Amino acid sequence: MIKVSNLTVSLGDFSLRELNLDIDSGEYFIILGPAGAGKTVLLEAIAGLHPVVKGTVSVDGGDITNLQPERRGLGIVYQDHVLFPHLSVWENVAFGLRSMKCPRRDIRPRVERIAQLMNIDHLLQRKPPGLSGGERQRVSLARALVIEPKLLLLDEPLSALDPEAREKMQRELLEIHRRLKLTIIHVTHDFEEALSLGERVAVLNKGQVVQVGTPEDIMRRPNSEFVASFALSRNLFSGNAAGADDSALVDIGGLRIRAETTLRGVVHVSIRPEDIFISREPIRSTAGESFQGVITGVVDRRPLIYVTVNVPPEFMCLVSRQAFGELDLKTGMEVHITIRASAVHVF
Amino acid sequence: MSRVRSWMRHNSMSVVFAILALLLLVFILAPVIKTLLSSSPGTLWDTLRDESVYSSILLTVLAGLLATLIGIVIGVPLAYLLARRRFRGKRFLEALIDVPIAIPHSAAGIALLFVFGRQFLLGKLFGHVGITFVDTLAGVVIAMMFVSVPFLIDSSKDAFKAVDVRMEKVARTLGASPWQTFFRISLPLAWRGIFSGSVMMWARAMSEFGAVLILAYYVPFLGGYQTVAPILVADRFTAFGLDYALPVASLVILVSLVIFVLLRYIALRGEKQ
Repeated sequence: MIKVSNLTVSLGDFSLRELNLDIDSGEYFIILGPAGAGKTVLLEAIAGLHPVVKGTVSVDGGDITNLQPERRGLGIVYQDHVLFPHLSVWENVAFGLRSMKCPRRDIRPRVERIAQLMNIDHLLQRKPPGLSGGERQRVSLARALVIEPKLLLLDEPLSALDPEAREKMQRELLEIHRRLKLTIIHVTHDFEEALSLGERVAVLNKGQVVQVGTPEDIMRRPNSEFVASFALSRNLFSGNAAGADDSALVDIGGLRIRAETTLRGVVHVSIRPEDIFISREPIRSTAGESFQGVITGVVDRRPLIYVTVNVPPEFMCLVSRQAFGELDLKTGMEVHITIRASAVHVF
Repeated sequence: MSRVRSWMRHNSMSVVFAILALLLLVFILAPVIKTLLSSSPGTLWDTLRDESVYSSILLTVLAGLLATLIGIVIGVPLAYLLARRRFRGKRFLEALIDVPIAIPHSAAGIALLFVFGRQFLLGKLFGHVGITFVDTLAGVVIAMMFVSVPFLIDSSKDAFKAVDVRMEKVARTLGASPWQTFFRISLPLAWRGIFSGSVMMWARAMSEFGAVLILAYYVPFLGGYQTVAPILVADRFTAFGLDYALPVASLVILVSLVIFVLLRYIALRGEKQ
């Protein structure tokens, strides 16, 4: 178990203040927060890369607060991979084993085994500058995993990847987590990423933990304005998908909406507020469905206006000032919302 | 006609800049080339066989090289600290390092004499281990080092700054000690900047005149008394006139050019890989 107690780190005009976290062994733990929340600093403090002003970090009851980073036995992977450009992929992966004075005859088989696991065995003789983003990320992971760390620290590992590579890497991270029985701390600013990967999520803001809980807790029971605004920048639901082919009906709290997805069973659903249309009359269309609801809230965020419509469940919709005026929308009014199937993101 | 005018309007800046650039190139190249061509290869060869000329050039190259090597050993760690650490008074320290570039070099020579002279602090200290600086090879080396080491430090500092600090962080988590991290990651990634800084330092050291003149004018070298090449050129000019100074000047320019074209080639070849 990793226990962070009263951790205070100061770094220029930024600081982590009295931060507490408990992470279970083998857990996939997400640290979620906006840019500048202190996510990377927290990760690097756990790795021993920042001097700690106050507080402790302990692993399985042993205090490691003042232990040198090279003796902590953990791995770190950064968003932009940070491979050693002057070394070949093979040398990058072998770096940790060589530093730790691993017997020479053991290095080759261990590098090859991890290269096979990460599917980079065909890249071993190449140099990092010629690799694609996904390939670099694999090498970076292999380099961290080859020393068999107990704890893997991931700093925005998916952010630099294109959507396709991201989805693939997301599955692989879960697979690695399952097969190697690692504890993973994964830092991200992406709410969807947090929901689909994390067993538990800690929301970080301005150097402090605001809320810790399961993804479901964070989504359904945000404990502060800040967490709520983070969660509500999208319409997020958990639901159950059923159907045939590429199209599914997803049941979210009793309401069934159509989505283009091959996923079935328990899923998360996200719909951007700007993809939901509000009208006074129902709209007939082949592309989407209309639902009747009541306006329960109006928040003016110039130049756009957020309108909450309770169907139920509640949907957050984004309306232009002009449309808001023309429709003459008011709290308590009955309206129809239309959601295109292609705008429903299931994950 | 209008086409010419329109071309001029779009390209006038490039044209003016190109003309000015050409003027500067001529300004730099003309004296160098004129000097090189003014002596026949035969005269150059005869000059080189003059013992005081070749031992002077050898002294200059050797002392410059020694100054640079010592500069690397003590300057590169300082450059690394300046690139990586934040501390009070860092700005001041950085300005201080560039002082030797800004002050007159004859004044620098006097200042060195005041510290490394036999009766002064550092001079006494080194005197105990048998090293003296006034009119010795060691004096030539420290005079050269004083005026040229800022080039090495500045260039190395920039090179270390360009290395992503997270490379070092990753290396540490992978079990590398601070020493291993420096020698296996930071130094290999910064070597090109350090190398070109060293070349600059060597070049600057070899062309030093004022500080060497004050601290170590003629020094015992290869069984006689020699002075560095820049001083030799000046001495010949004042004692015997242009005809005697010219072949020595050509030779010194030639040696410098060959060395630095070669070293620059090595540095640039590394860049392509």
